[in-house]
Amino acid sequence: MTPEDRDATSTATIDPGPDKVIGPGHDYGTVSDKIGGVVYRPLLKTPPQLFIGFGIAFLLVNLLMVAVSWLFIRGVGVWGIVIPVAWGFAIVNFVWWIGIGHAGTLISAILLLLKQDWRTSINRFSEAMTLFAVACAGMFPILHLGRPWLAYWLLPYPNTMWLWPQPRSPLIWDVFAVSTYATVSFIFWFTGLIPDFATMRDKRPATLPGKIFGMLAMGWRGSARHWARYQKAYLLLAGLSTPLVVSVHSVVSFDFAVAILPGWHTTIFPPYFVAGAIYSGFAMVLTLAIPVRRWYHLEDLITMRHIECMAKVMLGTGLIVAYGYAMEAFMAWYSGDQYERYAFFNRTMPQQGTYWWTYWLLILCNILIPQLLWWRRVRLHAWSVFAVSLVVNVGMWLERFVIVVTSLTRDFVPSSWGMYYPTVWDWSTFAGTIGVFLALMFLFIRGIPAISIFEMREVLHDEKHSGDPSHAHGD
Amino acid sequence: MLTATSTGQLERVYGLMAEFDDPDVLLIAARSAHAAGYRNMDAYSPMPIEGLAEAIGFRRTLVERLVLVAGILGGTGGFMLCWWMSVIAYPHIVAGRPLNSWPAYVPITFESMVLVACLTAVIGMLALNGMPQPYHPVFNVKEFERASRDRFFLCIESTDPKFSLDRTREFLESLGAMEVVKVEP
Repeated sequence: MTPEDRDATSTATIDPGPDKVIGPGHDYGTVSDKIGGVVYRPLLKTPPQLFIGFGIAFLLVNLLMVAVSWLFIRGVGVWGIVIPVAWGFAIVNFVWWIGIGHAGTLISAILLLLKQDWRTSINRFSEAMTLFAVACAGMFPILHLGRPWLAYWLLPYPNTMWLWPQPRSPLIWDVFAVSTYATVSFIFWFTGLIPDFATMRDKRPATLPGKIFGMLAMGWRGSARHWARYQKAYLLLAGLSTPLVVSVHSVVSFDFAVAILPGWHTTIFPPYFVAGAIYSGFAMVLTLAIPVRRWYHLEDLITMRHIECMAKVMLGTGLIVAYGYAMEAFMAWYSGDQYERYAFFNRTMPQQGTYWWTYWLLILCNILIPQLLWWRRVRLHAWSVFAVSLVVNVGMWLERFVIVVTSLTRDFVPSSWGMYYPTVWDWSTFAGTIGVFLALMFLFIRGIPAISIFEMREVLHDEKHSGDPSHAHGD
Repeated sequence: MLTATSTGQLERVYGLMAEFDDPDVLLIAARSAHAAGYRNMDAYSPMPIEGLAEAIGFRRTLVERLVLVAGILGGTGGFMLCWWMSVIAYPHIVAGRPLNSWPAYVPITFESMVLVACLTAVIGMLALNGMPQPYHPVFNVKEFERASRDRFFLCIESTDPKFSLDRTREFLESLGAMEVVKVEP
């Protein structure tokens, strides 16, 4: 291949099926061209689906601007929150988004430590997803504050009022956990990108994008000394992120579990929240990866093996979540506590004026439908996995709705019971953050190598050494 | 640095760079160069290659020590912050619990430890690598743009006591290099 036609790869797009992580015919150069070519494609040759998707997402971003402006003008009363349900959609959405963010770090860090070869072409993508999901999540508690412009009061800093945050409150743990998670996710993602920025720089050094990539690459030249330090730092980041990802959703679950409200005050919450987070995160990775690999013809890099493995993780974590539901029911009965029993009864028994149907919808979405993934034929059919992943996304949102809203509507004293009805501004804010998330994802896929190029070269190198003749490289 | 050419003239060169098209050949070349007594050299590759850094005689990355120290400092700092806020700065009795109710400080201690350690891992790695570095002589070599794509390079620097334009060139060619070029400083 000559330097002139570097963006046109000679490799046909062939999905190698569920056994291989990379299609046939690739060498060190063609993976660079294929992945880098997505970014260096002329603007008008962007797949039309991406334009349409970005257009819709951008409309939703504008809806968010309107919703948030109205919220700032009138206050949180524009939402449906009332006493007793002071935590409405804002907290439901916060927990949903932060859960989605967990798959990125799981794929990047835990699967790196476990040496899973199928993590490589989806890690960059899911790290970006984490970053944008955490950005969406972070908005909600701040918007929910009532006086969002005073959000910096959450941080410990010397002030003339001589006031300090209360470190014995789970809400302050949350501030530390979420801000640490956002920072670490960003540096993990950026560190992984440095060698790929260098590749992008060297592809088109004289152009403006090439110069921007050059600045981001910071002079990376692939020196063996640099790689040694780089790999050490990357491994340490993975090792530190692994307990971090578990801690973040545990801390989020403490927001509930440390309170004494029936339906919240349970010890099963931390592990059950973490499993649910990974479950919804993998569902979102699949929801995004399956269309993108189709639009950009990346079936030889994101293969059926990736999709099948993710489907299996989804099935496994879904079963842990099912165990969590079962334990909630069991503990409600076994505790003998009348309030715990009533909280469960209130969630599940059909009665007028409660949210019982959301519970059964959640069981349908999170437990029953995903059992289809036991069948290999379902797992090996990309669009049926896509359909299941959408259902799981909805199911996990319902789970948070059941936990947050249903528990709050009826606590200990019937005189303080009350219903919660979301307003149009609740829905607009939620839809708006989906828009922010998708718009950022579409920009990321267009502007930054969405698959780690240097790690794909490592996969090729390893395959060569494991003696697979179909992948011997040549130029 | 100044190096004598075969015609006896003095010339400034950064070093001599050999180009390879296979990572395994580069690894063998790097080991041979180290065995031949060369020390000031570096190998360049588009992906990490196991054993390459050791082959050119590089062993200590120092990153892990920095991260250990940073993690200890970060965790201690997080705990001290909690303790100071609730015992000294803003003592506030909640439900009759002691002011220094340390189990409640564990999440913040842990998160601070992770935050400081991770930032140190990345910033320390970049600093030890001398990045950001806008200029480096190796980029003067035209073929080097493929060092981030599919080619592998070994550069013996002119600061090496054994460096000589002619003999080092011969040595590098004997290692199976596709091409050996002079690197302008």
